[in-house]
Amino acid sequence: MSRAVEESNRRLLRARDAMDRSYAQALDVPSLAKIAHVSEAHFIRTFRATFGETPHRYLQRRRVERAMFLLRETERSVTDICLDVGFASLGTFTRTFREIVGESPTSYRSQGQARDVPTCFSMMWTRPSSFGEARGQTGS
Amino acid sequence: MIKNITHSSVYVLDQDDALDFYVQKLGLEVKTDADLGFMRWLTVNVPGDPEREILLEKPGPPAMDEAAAGQVRDLLTKGALGLGFILQTDDCQKTYEELKAKGVEFTQEPVERFYGTDCALRDPFGNHIRVSQPAANPTSPDPVEFVKS
Repeated sequence: MSRAVEESNRRLLRARDAMDRSYAQALDVPSLAKIAHVSEAHFIRTFRATFGETPHRYLQRRRVERAMFLLRETERSVTDICLDVGFASLGTFTRTFREIVGESPTSYRSQGQARDVPTCFSMMWTRPSSFGEARGQTGS
Repeated sequence: MIKNITHSSVYVLDQDDALDFYVQKLGLEVKTDADLGFMRWLTVNVPGDPEREILLEKPGPPAMDEAAAGQVRDLLTKGALGLGFILQTDDCQKTYEELKAKGVEFTQEPVERFYGTDCALRDPFGNHIRVSQPAANPTSPDPVEFVKS
């Protein structure tokens, strides 16, 4: 474990934190790579090597986690929620949601309850897994 | 009967850098800084609360071999070691602004929750620390509160 790897980890974590913080914004690879102080190609490659998934997939999971909550706990329309969490297209949102969660946004709706824990834990532990997708689906 | 928590620990990569951050920026104070020969015992506490110390520990031999220390450093810098601790303040927004002006890296701005107002930051090494202002009258979880996160 070299100092260079530690510094790379820390810079990439800074970019990942930016995704958690600004998930609803139109984040792109150039702006995230800039936060990590690396080239775009290097950013995608090293992010995946460090965190086990691409930055695109990480951001999708953050957005889907927020969408899952809004679907569960509010009466807002699927389209409204799709746009609110950062997806630009309902088709992409529905396809991504199904791929990650294993069912459509509509069928997921009205399941589960909010838990009385600090929000950071709610965010981390209610996020759908990307490592052996839900319902046994594969791919990233 | 167990009565209290007196010490907790976070791993740091460099104890001098840790002192700079936790004391000069966060405003904690040094409780003990002693060279024990086999390690530097370095603890800090919140001003006015000396009975609760945070050990700023550097992973490495002889407590763990270099390979294990490398794994710890890897996890630390990836932000994968979980929550370090939660600090309490009377005014979360004010604390946030003061610390941000000092260059502290925040991962979440202050947000009101059913349990109070809190924000989140990282230390220079990747530890996750929260600053919380308890609500005067905590309520049950309100779904609307979660929407903001």
